[in-house]
Amino acid sequence: MLGYILRRTLYAIPILVGINLLTFALFFLVNTPDDMARMQLGMKRVTPEAIAKWKAERGYDRPLLWNAPAAGMKKFTDTIFFDKSVKLFALDFGRAEDNRDIFNEIRTRMGPSLALAVPVFLVGLMVNITFALGVAFFRATYLDFWGVILCVAMMSISSLFFIIGGQYLISKLWHLVPISGYVGGVDAAKFLVLPVLIGVIGAFGSSTRFYRTLFLEEMGKDYVRTARAKGLAESVVMFRHVLKNALIPILTGVVVVIPTLFLGSLITESFFGIPGLGSYTIDAIQAQDFAVVRSMVFIGSVLYIVGLLLTDISYTLVDPRVRLA
Amino acid sequence: MPVLLATDVLVWLLVLSVAAFAWYSRRRAHLAAPWARVFRSRTAVASAVVLACYILVGLLDSLHYRPALAARDAGAPVAYSVEARSLLDLGLAPLRERFEKTYSAPLATRLYQREQVELPDGRTARDFPRLRHGGAHLGAEADWGEDVALRALAGLVAAFALWSVVLLCARRTLVRRWPNVPWGAAAAALGAILALAGPVAMLAGGFHVLGTNQVGQDVLYQALKSIRTSLVIGTVTTLVLLPLGIVAGIAAGYFRGWVDDVIQYLYTTLNSIPGVLLIAAFVLMLQVFLDNHGDWFPTTAQRADMRLLGLCAILGLTSWTGLARLLRGEALKLSELEYIQAAHAFGVSHARILARHILPNVAHIVIISLVLDFSALVLAEAVLSYVGVGVDPSTTSFGTMINAARLEMAREPMVWWSLAAAFVFMFALVLAANLFADAVRDGFDPRVRV
Amino acid sequence: MLELQGLQTVLDTPEGALRAVDGVDLDIDRGECFALVGESGCGKSMTALSILRLLPDVARIAQGRVRLGDIDLLALPEAAMRSVRGKRVAMIFQEPATALNPVLTVGRQVAEVLERHTDLRGASVKRRVLELLAAVGIPDPERRYGEYAFQLSGGLRQRAMIAAALAVDPEVLVADEPTTALDVTIQAQILELLQKLQAERGMALLLITHDLGIVARMAGRVAVMYAGEIVEVAPREEFFRAPQHPYSQKLFAALPSASQRAGELAQIPGQVPPLTSAFPGCRFAERCDLAYERCRSEVPALRDLGAGRLVRCHLRETERAAPREARAAGRAAAALAAAPVLLEATDLKVHFPIRRGILRRTVGVVKAVDGVSLAVREGRTLALVGESGSGKTTVGKAVLQLIRPTAGSVRYRGEELTGLSRPALKRHRAQMQIVFQDPYASLNPRMRVADILAEGMRSLGVGSDEADRTRRLDALLDQVGLPAQAKGRYPHEFSGGQRQRIAIARALAVEPRLIVCDEPTSALDVSVQAQILNLLKSLQERLGLAYLFITHNIAVVEYLAHEVVVMTGGRIVERGTVDEVLRAPQHAYTRALLEAVPKID
Repeated sequence: MLGYILRRTLYAIPILVGINLLTFALFFLVNTPDDMARMQLGMKRVTPEAIAKWKAERGYDRPLLWNAPAAGMKKFTDTIFFDKSVKLFALDFGRAEDNRDIFNEIRTRMGPSLALAVPVFLVGLMVNITFALGVAFFRATYLDFWGVILCVAMMSISSLFFIIGGQYLISKLWHLVPISGYVGGVDAAKFLVLPVLIGVIGAFGSSTRFYRTLFLEEMGKDYVRTARAKGLAESVVMFRHVLKNALIPILTGVVVVIPTLFLGSLITESFFGIPGLGSYTIDAIQAQDFAVVRSMVFIGSVLYIVGLLLTDISYTLVDPRVRLA
Repeated sequence: MPVLLATDVLVWLLVLSVAAFAWYSRRRAHLAAPWARVFRSRTAVASAVVLACYILVGLLDSLHYRPALAARDAGAPVAYSVEARSLLDLGLAPLRERFEKTYSAPLATRLYQREQVELPDGRTARDFPRLRHGGAHLGAEADWGEDVALRALAGLVAAFALWSVVLLCARRTLVRRWPNVPWGAAAAALGAILALAGPVAMLAGGFHVLGTNQVGQDVLYQALKSIRTSLVIGTVTTLVLLPLGIVAGIAAGYFRGWVDDVIQYLYTTLNSIPGVLLIAAFVLMLQVFLDNHGDWFPTTAQRADMRLLGLCAILGLTSWTGLARLLRGEALKLSELEYIQAAHAFGVSHARILARHILPNVAHIVIISLVLDFSALVLAEAVLSYVGVGVDPSTTSFGTMINAARLEMAREPMVWWSLAAAFVFMFALVLAANLFADAVRDGFDPRVRV
Repeated sequence: MLELQGLQTVLDTPEGALRAVDGVDLDIDRGECFALVGESGCGKSMTALSILRLLPDVARIAQGRVRLGDIDLLALPEAAMRSVRGKRVAMIFQEPATALNPVLTVGRQVAEVLERHTDLRGASVKRRVLELLAAVGIPDPERRYGEYAFQLSGGLRQRAMIAAALAVDPEVLVADEPTTALDVTIQAQILELLQKLQAERGMALLLITHDLGIVARMAGRVAVMYAGEIVEVAPREEFFRAPQHPYSQKLFAALPSASQRAGELAQIPGQVPPLTSAFPGCRFAERCDLAYERCRSEVPALRDLGAGRLVRCHLRETERAAPREARAAGRAAAALAAAPVLLEATDLKVHFPIRRGILRRTVGVVKAVDGVSLAVREGRTLALVGESGSGKTTVGKAVLQLIRPTAGSVRYRGEELTGLSRPALKRHRAQMQIVFQDPYASLNPRMRVADILAEGMRSLGVGSDEADRTRRLDALLDQVGLPAQAKGRYPHEFSGGQRQRIAIARALAVEPRLIVCDEPTSALDVSVQAQILNLLKSLQERLGLAYLFITHNIAVVEYLAHEVVVMTGGRIVERGTVDEVLRAPQHAYTRALLEAVPKID
């Protein structure tokens, strides 16, 4: 078990290196720092001096991979690659365009992101599983039919509409909660109710339908017939037999997203003005702040890989076939 | 002068290959039978009709030309406008050309914003001025109700007439050819569409049916133009996604060993980067690239088109992993099957085994995931455009429409029609696509979990 | 005790209503073992599921009655039916691997029956479960109680299923092919257990099976089902002495055995008619040698012949069928002339590495095949007999180099095959071919029959051009008894037996000298098996083919083989001519294996 986890952890290293190389290539090889400078400084009539200054401020004036004139280890360390990519492993993200320390910024913004993402995740999971179980229980009836139609219809609505519609209806028309904004502490609740609700609704359709498929798949299996042949009530069959089996793919499927909850939700946060990592990322993308985007790509990947690791571990915990094999 | 935009070429290429595939499948029972099952479902038939209407609009919008400018003197060579237009633009010329000053509500005759207007007696006052085009044909504004009702009625009558003609023609040909298809559902869907389109078309002659946006553009025209963008994103992306996903997935599952290790490594790595961020990173770089090479594109349409194409390529590059993972699993299973072993016993080459045995037996998964991906891509476009990494701001798309409308919701009094138009058009498209995808999945293989 | 009256179960299919069970009358007495026999698709499983009302969603009971004592099970509300299931009528299923819940412990799955139907709770439940597990012969019940299904062998799983089914002493046990998925030695143990428990508890046992050997061993009375109907009911002795319905007679005649070596097996032509159609006459008429006009126009009734015998056949109105001819036990030893050795494997080993630890180092090997030597002679059949997991299939594939052996040599006509590259092997591919077990997985569903057959010819350059190949194709189809029109069709349009013919034709297409037959008939019904065995035998006689015949079925070995090797645990434990091995087995394993086979005579 421990050896297994260790092996999976080791496997993550080449992936992280790959991600690092990919982002480096994307940010520094596809377009040179000169291109970025021109872009940032406004396209027309940029003087070479301004470009040089822009690059020097950000440390982009060094060679990309290999600093030939430098001495010793500096040949490798005094390069853009080392400074901007290798240092990410040490969580040294550098500074954003507004000269703030990215790492600090990430730390302070994590809280609001989690305050939104965790309730969305938990409530969503419960609602979806319950609803899917109900629809599966009443399979091949009108309830099932209209339940699926509802899911498909909700899947067909862009999350943007849910947000805009929710804000309009609940905040603007009914004045139930503030339209956007955020404060720390307990008061955050009134700012979070609406985004959480919308987050849950937005993911409802596809998840519920997927879980229903899982449930129905399990219900077609032989052991369900065996359970029925024992004279067990349908509810016992559902909860003791079907749910327990179907929860394995469901839980292991959602475990992977748990770490990425830290990243927050891009769209919802920015619409509701929640100062989390999601809105940070969006702002950075819109301001073309490459240092921040690079850092977020790296963090996101690390968290995803942690999620994969947790998935592997959770399999060994929930599924006796994996645990004891 | 015809203009070939890159995406036009690809769209028509896709149309050709779909037609070729259909022709190829016709005589092959294992390909034709699942489609026959798909088209036995009423929802599938109805949603196919809806999709066909969207596709028709999209295709009309994918034939571009540069209109000739009026020659100053007879002898001069014909000069062409720098603006590329499509056949759809030609058909919707009235909508495209009738600009208002700024917002106006659906079917309105007056602007949505007060302005200094000159009263008949020469004094000026702040009032809602009459629109330049919307309802301009009305003598008195009091006739508005009657005019709208008449036009709507005329539209309905025309729609009904057209519907009857189509139905009569179809009964002779289609129904006889494929008697098992529930044509009633198709007729109902077509009837519903015509009943909407008829009055709208009639009203559009004299009004802005869905109002105008901030710069006074007709919202209906914008919504219709957005269709092509959605279709391009939903289909051209697959041109990138398919070869990558198929080759990687099948190779990994069939050859195993180091090939599998390398491909798995590749897709785990790509998958690890959160999707939106990866796309954002790619698009930002594309943007820098396009900005620095602006001189490559003679017209703005071509530049915007290149960005659209780039976006498709990026979406394809970042989303082939799902298909590859599915196909890998299936190829793993298939390569153990006895008919593959039998092929090995005949010394059949790997290439031939892949082409004759593996590929045809995973084709259903490819088709299912294609139709399922379509609606996801259309939805993704809206989000990406909101984030600012979607299509070029000059390209009309549902994403850019929503993005613009976001601010209008906060405006007092609120402007709702852009958002509503985008919602209705997009919802109908995605819903039809989703329902169709469901039927395709059931028809091809109900057990595939995608 | 349990009485079925005019039971009709209908499946709603796209082709229309399929009457899987069509007017079945049965009655089973207390303490009796009643066997319901029939080939696949005859409706026997649907009958069993109808009794407990456990039908799949597409099926429904259209009419009839199922009486248990004096209550009609079909009239009960669902809640009341639940207290019958598991308590008064219990059921065990064919596939113990999937019939047990994978994420609940075995003990839990037995315990839930007790909790449902008795007042036992807590520790007393566990005590009772342990007793039950011990009673069904599960060793170390304490340990097994907390284990999961995947940790148990197939035999133990089925024992656990039986423990759960019998937990509250039901009056009737319905056993649906309870041993079909098990090896023959395990099958013998499970049958013995069922017999013992039935005798102890005096419960009625409805045993559903396709195996006449099991019927002979277990049943008190027998009913034969065909196309949704019961065609014959008889006490066991009477049934085996003189089966009355032509279908029953054919089933016996189709069974391979040593006594039929010299001749062909009886085969039933055609297929079971689709149950969606209406039948104006006898459902078996189209396949019956004895059918006459009346059989096609008038539906025969299930006629009572007295002494507990019922038969559905017009012929039996006037006369009874003669007793079955007793089979000649001995026979002339087949002359085993020393035919030259075609293929010889020496000390063949196939090991699969077990990788563990952080760096996935190989820490051990599974010795699937561990030093097997055998020789196949030209024009002869060598049977490779073994149970599942014995490594027999791996031997077959290793011989053909479909799995590369770890060690040892395989020589074809003296030429070494191991270690040859893919292109170098191609030279030999035409000489050796393979026919697989599963006729559904062995044909590519996306290829037409013509392409399937031509694939090998194209790859190996058999035939001078396409025209020549087409000519050969026609000859091949004729050889395996398929019409020429089959060429343009896809595999799904054929039945299991026809598919196996296509698979044989595919192998024959490249004119091999040796065919590895990997359980080619075990997925087929007895009557179809007879067709395939006849075909293989006549092909051997006409073309002088050598077969390496991999099987677990002793009867098939007796009928077809010249020499036998017996494998277990990756090694060969016994070898010799078919008479030596089957009549006078030397090794203890061979003896146990032969004893476990249920016999008819």
